[in-house]
Amino acid sequence: MRALPSLRALLTAIALLLVAGLPLHAQIAAQDPAAAIARLATDNFREIEAGITELAATGSDKAAAAIQALADGRLFYRQSDKAVFIRDAAGKHVDARTGTAPAEEPSGLRPVRLNNAVRRSIEAAMGTLTLVSPDPAKRLSAAVAVFRSRDAATLPALDTALAKETEPRIRAALAQARAAVLIAKPDASDSDKVSAVEIIAARGDQDALALLNTAKASPTPIVRLAAETAITGIERRLVVLNAFQNIWYGVSLGSVLLLAAIGLAITFGVMGIINMAHGEMVMLGAYTTFVVQEFLRTRYPGLFDWSLAIALPLAFIVAGLVGIAIERGIIRFLYGRPLETLLATWGVSLILQQSVRTIFGANNREVGAPSFMSGAFDFFGLTITYGRLWIVVFAMAVFVALWVVLNMTSFGLKMRAVTQNRRMASAMGIRTPWIDSLTFALGSGIAGIAGVALSQIDNVSPNLGQSYIVDSFMVVVFGGVGNLWGTLVAALTLGVANKFLEPYAGAVLGKILLLVFIILFIQKRPRGLFALRGRAVES
Amino acid sequence: MMTARLIAGLDVRGRIFLAVLALAIVAVPVLNLMVPPGSPFHMPTYLVSLFGKYLCYALLAIALDLVWGYCGILSLGHGAFFALGGYAMGLYLMRQIGSRGVYGNPLLPDFMVFLNWKELPITWWGFGFFPYAMLMVLVVPGLLAFVFGWFAFRSRVTGVYLSIITQAMTYAMMLAFFRNDMGFGGNNGLTDFKEILGFNIQAQTTRVALFCITVAMLAAGYLVARAMVTSSYGKVLVAIRDAESRTRFLGYRVERFKLLAFVVSACMAGVAGALYVPQVGIINPSEFAPANSIEAVIWVAVGGRGTLVGAALGAVLVNFAKTWLTGALPEFWLFGLGALFILVTLFLPKGIVGTLSDWSRRRAEARAAAPESRPAAAE
Repeated sequence: MRALPSLRALLTAIALLLVAGLPLHAQIAAQDPAAAIARLATDNFREIEAGITELAATGSDKAAAAIQALADGRLFYRQSDKAVFIRDAAGKHVDARTGTAPAEEPSGLRPVRLNNAVRRSIEAAMGTLTLVSPDPAKRLSAAVAVFRSRDAATLPALDTALAKETEPRIRAALAQARAAVLIAKPDASDSDKVSAVEIIAARGDQDALALLNTAKASPTPIVRLAAETAITGIERRLVVLNAFQNIWYGVSLGSVLLLAAIGLAITFGVMGIINMAHGEMVMLGAYTTFVVQEFLRTRYPGLFDWSLAIALPLAFIVAGLVGIAIERGIIRFLYGRPLETLLATWGVSLILQQSVRTIFGANNREVGAPSFMSGAFDFFGLTITYGRLWIVVFAMAVFVALWVVLNMTSFGLKMRAVTQNRRMASAMGIRTPWIDSLTFALGSGIAGIAGVALSQIDNVSPNLGQSYIVDSFMVVVFGGVGNLWGTLVAALTLGVANKFLEPYAGAVLGKILLLVFIILFIQKRPRGLFALRGRAVES
Repeated sequence: MMTARLIAGLDVRGRIFLAVLALAIVAVPVLNLMVPPGSPFHMPTYLVSLFGKYLCYALLAIALDLVWGYCGILSLGHGAFFALGGYAMGLYLMRQIGSRGVYGNPLLPDFMVFLNWKELPITWWGFGFFPYAMLMVLVVPGLLAFVFGWFAFRSRVTGVYLSIITQAMTYAMMLAFFRNDMGFGGNNGLTDFKEILGFNIQAQTTRVALFCITVAMLAAGYLVARAMVTSSYGKVLVAIRDAESRTRFLGYRVERFKLLAFVVSACMAGVAGALYVPQVGIINPSEFAPANSIEAVIWVAVGGRGTLVGAALGAVLVNFAKTWLTGALPEFWLFGLGALFILVTLFLPKGIVGTLSDWSRRRAEARAAAPESRPAAAE
């Protein structure tokens, strides 16, 4: 192990030696690889190495071809006029400077010879060539690769690339790679190292932390101090980042809960109906999405990105119609008998599940994601997937829409009137049975819409609804029956609390703890966070 | 003397029920053990265990009817008490395996060896001792019911709220028992039992004995529940069911009445679970599934709640239908069960026994009223 740093030092020394005259040459030779190629036409290894480095700095295709040929032992030169040729697999020769075949087959060729030093500079040159490749993606990945390898031999190439780079993103990556190399390099000057630590500290992630921990082992106090300061800064940042990440995951989970529960907030919360078939409405929405996608896939593949938009109204209608059928067929005979309603709707849920199982089969169905929902982006160090983002946005949109319907439309007004005082509402000329049906249809329809969104993140199977039923009831009961805001707050609270508990207690235990918490909470406040007066309270 | 007084206090339904049980306790051993296997009257051993399983469900249904039918507490978590009793019995049976497991470890059950555990967790201590295990069959579900009920009834959580949190309770228990860290076998539960009290658990005679014990416990459970509901205590229970606030205003400590009924019911469910496990041969966390508890509710609803006998009848009928339908037309079982839920709540709110007794009472009244009304109609 002791040998390693000295070996690295030796390599670095060689590299430095090579680069002595580089920046100047590089700038001059940048456009024209011909002069650099000509320098290879020698049997002096020193000269060849210098030529390779110079060649690499040009970043041209011809340079790449020549260096590749040299690495493969296919590069030849003619002593007389310093012409350099590449021999291809068929034995034909091509002039390395022009890339064209010479008029007559050249003679008197000697191979450009290799030794270990030359091979090393070839390797470095290859790295350099990708660092200055015209393709920005390649440049970026080369920079990232150097950041990982921390190979001191690439330092000159990095300098060259940095001098040429115009794109800020890649510049930053290159600077970080250079800083990483400097930190790993034992003989870099202290001032270099301190500025490298600053650059790495700005990166501020786990990789940076690992790198800075190596810098902390530095013998010079000033570097150590800089590294330690940077580490504290990054750790604090990571704690904050972690908290934000938990909050984001929690909000995302909370949105899922909100979607699952918000329909129930209408049927259970507003009407006081225990609808155990609520989860099956969600499932119907998810299967509607599946059917729509299958239809589009076979008939109009171009519209696939619109499948969710098409499925939304359909899911609302399907689930809403089933809801009306349940209300008119069963529930209306059971008003005022909540426990019986519970049992009857449980029966409905069994029948719906088995119907779907009979029609679509018991296996999970594949629901695809439209292109705008795939991928992710970086938000101040948080990786946010578009799918999750859209679910959150969608959940909020559904919430707002529902709030508007309840508070700003005449239907919503009638609904609230019936909820608060049924007989008075009836006396005022509101057709209460009609409102009951529509309210139940609205709640079911919303559940169907939720199914469209949940089909994107959950398995679409006949059991889809079952997995949400306990959670949804918990959200509604926790939030307070008959209150949309309560449902929103409860869903987000439970989501965030779940994600903060998970690292300490594990996913399952965290969930159990939350259930126990809610059970205890209901003892304390039997009407939930935000209690409301109305029919639900009287019953 | 006691028995005579008990039977004298019973109504017709109760007498028929006990007579059927007495017949079963005599006929089943005779048909299984005495009648040779070739005979058409022979009862195969698997049927004995199957009926034993139905009767365990019947005991669970009676327990549920005690709280739902007489006290208005619709518990959607009685499956949890049933499963806890089952686990208590399961732990005893696991300890009886001894070194006959696959790994041959004299102390640890196979799954613990597999999980690389070194010693028996504290929760398992004492379960090798049969009386302790039997005590736990009563204590564990009873304690859970006591704690849960004490909190719930004291803060006056009633109606559907109570139903929902009992459901959440059994759901939480299911998630907990699915965890390997709980030390109760995780996903796979407890199975591969060898013997109970030194008798081979697979043996025909053991099976018949288990069946007879189940019948006896069912009768005992019925008599206990019956004694509770016909006493003055039971009158208060019914009063609570029908008008909780009024009962409270009359000066009764409603939560204590409810709590006692709930705890007794949970213990009864625990006994049912304990008898279920050796006859079925396995206990796993899916017994805690909320769906199971709701299914138990429909047995009571089908038979007729508030009748006790009806609950037992409902459990046997529904489970018989389940066995038959899942065998003959597996696709249709859930349709059938779902339709049963809907039809019973809509058209048979009093269940079979309740409707029948209504019907016979109306006939009796009609007959009593007939002599006076008949001549009037003729003229």
